[in-house]
Amino acid sequence: MKKTLAILLALVLAMATLVSGCGSSDEGGEEGAAALKVGFIFIGATNDGGFTQSMYEGALAADEEFGDQMEFLYVENINDGDTSASTDAAVNLIDQGCNVIVGCSYGYMDALEALANSGDYDDITFLHFSGNKMNDTNFDNWFGSMEQARYLTGMAAAAVAEEGVVGYVAAHPYTEVQIGINAFTLGAQAVNPDIEVKVVYIGTWGDAEIEKTAAEQLIQAGAEVVCYHADSTATQIAAAEAGDVYAIGWNYPQNDCGDLYLTAAYWNTEKYFIPTFQAIMDGTFAPESHYGTMATGLIAIDDISDAVPADIKAEIEAVKAEMEAGTFNVFSGPIYYNDGTVLCEEGQALDRAGIWSITKEVKGVTAISN
Amino acid sequence: MTLFLASCVVAGIPLLFATVGELITEKSGNLNLGVEGMMLMGAVMGFLVSYNTSNPYLTLLAAIAAGAGGALIFAFLTVSLRANQVVTGLTLTIFGTGFAKFLGQPYLGSAVPGNVSEFFAKTSIPVLGDIPFIGPIFFQQDKFTYLAYIICAVAAVYMYKTRIGLNLKAVGENTSAADASGINVKLYKYVHILVGGALCGLGGAYLSIIRIPIWQEDVVNGRGWIAVALVIFVAWNPIKAFFGAILFGGLSIMGMKLQVLGLDFSQYLFDMIPYVATIIIVVFSTHKKKKESQPPQDLGNNYFREER
Repeated sequence: MKKTLAILLALVLAMATLVSGCGSSDEGGEEGAAALKVGFIFIGATNDGGFTQSMYEGALAADEEFGDQMEFLYVENINDGDTSASTDAAVNLIDQGCNVIVGCSYGYMDALEALANSGDYDDITFLHFSGNKMNDTNFDNWFGSMEQARYLTGMAAAAVAEEGVVGYVAAHPYTEVQIGINAFTLGAQAVNPDIEVKVVYIGTWGDAEIEKTAAEQLIQAGAEVVCYHADSTATQIAAAEAGDVYAIGWNYPQNDCGDLYLTAAYWNTEKYFIPTFQAIMDGTFAPESHYGTMATGLIAIDDISDAVPADIKAEIEAVKAEMEAGTFNVFSGPIYYNDGTVLCEEGQALDRAGIWSITKEVKGVTAISN
Repeated sequence: MTLFLASCVVAGIPLLFATVGELITEKSGNLNLGVEGMMLMGAVMGFLVSYNTSNPYLTLLAAIAAGAGGALIFAFLTVSLRANQVVTGLTLTIFGTGFAKFLGQPYLGSAVPGNVSEFFAKTSIPVLGDIPFIGPIFFQQDKFTYLAYIICAVAAVYMYKTRIGLNLKAVGENTSAADASGINVKLYKYVHILVGGALCGLGGAYLSIIRIPIWQEDVVNGRGWIAVALVIFVAWNPIKAFFGAILFGGLSIMGMKLQVLGLDFSQYLFDMIPYVATIIIVVFSTHKKKKESQPPQDLGNNYFREER
């Protein structure tokens, strides 16, 4: 009897966990009225002050833009390492009437590709963030030139780093992260050629405690500005606690360090969602490997703090204007890796493929990446 | 160097709470693998109460109550219903993780109220804080850290110097003998499992209130498991736990320090060391059969008086 009760209680515990682990909610108007019903798959929570929130705000903006023509559903906290969970999430959304599925993390790629190519979902459009796979009919991937925003924030960092030391908390020594570090450094060097960017690789995409510790180590080593490529705003907290160190945000314009917040490099996702959804409704959508930029508006920086001197601010605005006009390339030679090898020859500039084959840090960065 | 060692202490404090909590639990003969879950429960409840009441005392109480609440589930299932301890503990970890995510979700990105942060803020202890080298490392920390020191010292005295503490040892070593000698075994187990859970809850709250005073979903992130390994590493001794926790905390940030210094070491390597060290310790202590570094004899066995 007692044993049965024990098993029962253990089961209840397990069930409670399952129930509390997943949740979804929907927004939007009357059922069946909208031409476009979009299902978003999010890796985190919509109020995470970071990546997922930047995706969610874009969804809200698109919903506002299209009014009755669009409604959307979303599921949060879907583990992108779990292909079957990703597939289930997508299929559930489709069963609820979604005709567009947006997968907002790299790991959903294989699940979405399988569904897009399965033949069962030819009338559904799949839009995948950060991947490299696509097809000719209903599967698209999209990303952006975050290097542009990183470059501008690097300029801002160098402007306030009087001793010329900047800290960078980075997730993994991986191309996307290294592009960011390199662009940031090049931007900083445009303001102060002798700037030193100290990088700590923390070996995880998100562990707030580790991120904060890494930022603290950088601050102890003399960093006057800290920025990060990791999930939480813990780096900003470390700056705020130090009291005299500036911080630069990432993913979403979230300020957790008050006056010490310089700016942020972030995804303004509505600039992708609105035109893409419009094209789907108009029937003109053709899958592509979309690369948003400052010009398309997908890549953005937050308002720059007044801690940055006015002349540098003007310079930043000037470069930003050039980026928006499409006349500025972040990776214009000569650029050297910090081991002395050449990344980009003088007179040349890296294209998207060239940028995405970066595997090391540029000169001016101190980092151990293995 | 001093600054780095002070960071090691900071990284070790959540481990210290959880390790002392778990070793008290294990001394009563019950292996509770729900440390991670109880830490998260303490973290989320501490945060919620702190956010809604701005009262530091209620914050501590909430963390204690949440950790103990998780432990109560474990105690009821394993002591009263004699369910398998390992399975129950693992379930508690999964439950605690979901519990924290569920309750914390609306608060993602919200900050601990300023007066709570100020209450626990870094303070130098008079005299002790002025000792060269030692002072800046141990005695210029936040008040939560001093609470950990006190708990660690009290636990050591309690376990080795009081009659109740010795009775506790008897319960863990040989439950039926303890029972026969008139010790209220069930009461001992319940109390110590709850106290253990409460300390785990405090460890979690240290992370969510002091370290990352903005609510994050996975603030504990595996530290509960390191604490489980630490209990074995320090051979169920609270004094050794103090140094062990700081050592393991130090290892968790060592790779970053070396990167800042420009030395070529990977953080991945250092993340591995605590577990490798624990395995080595287990192998050695089993091999040498040193009495004091063995686990309590009846650890993991559910006690049933009529079963002889």
